[in-house]
Amino acid sequence: MIIVEFLGPIHKPDLELEISNLNELAKVLQEDAEVSEWLESCAVAVNNDLVCTLDTPLKNGDKVSLLPPVCGG
Amino acid sequence: MLSIYNGSLDVPKILKDWYEEEARSNYGAYIPFVGTVRSEDGIDGLSFDIYEPILETWFKNWQEKALQKGAIVKMAHSRGDVMLHESSYIAAVFSPKRRVALELIDEFVEDFKASAPIWKYDLKDGGRLYAKERSTAIKGSGLLAKGEK
Repeated sequence: MIIVEFLGPIHKPDLELEISNLNELAKVLQEDAEVSEWLESCAVAVNNDLVCTLDTPLKNGDKVSLLPPVCGG
Repeated sequence: MLSIYNGSLDVPKILKDWYEEEARSNYGAYIPFVGTVRSEDGIDGLSFDIYEPILETWFKNWQEKALQKGAIVKMAHSRGDVMLHESSYIAAVFSPKRRVALELIDEFVEDFKASAPIWKYDLKDGGRLYAKERSTAIKGSGLLAKGEK
């Protein structure tokens, strides 16, 4: 089971999904009307490390975070 | 050192504490940056969400980068509401010589703005509105918008 969390202003409860890589997550979220509009501007972290490829493998217990545009300070 | 506070920052205390922590560390330069909430566009203040696990990773990388130059970085940020003319952000670099600290504080604050997992909201007319137009997509964003459809 993979936990997907949506940070900051997205305001969506965590999802628990049976997926094995980010490509599968992309498919699921592109069909989710609540988050699809955020995908273009979101960075992705797996277990708190930012990732840059959809081929990133996922294993049971991994946490995927979606980070919308930031503005600290 | 990374410190997160609920509400506005006590600027004189934090600057004094940091100064005293390093007063005997033989650094020749202490360069702080203090960010203050300004009155603009009719806001009453700002509000912040922070995702600490990724912020800590980001900050740790910067500590290592600073250490390679013989410097250290410190940072304090607010969580929740910060009203006009209060401070929400302080960063500082200590280094043996001034040039390293001057350059590092610039790079650090710019990367903070572009990469640190913090979200800003305008407090206005009783609401809390995401400051979307002033926000920056983190490098590499858009990954999940791609892929096989």
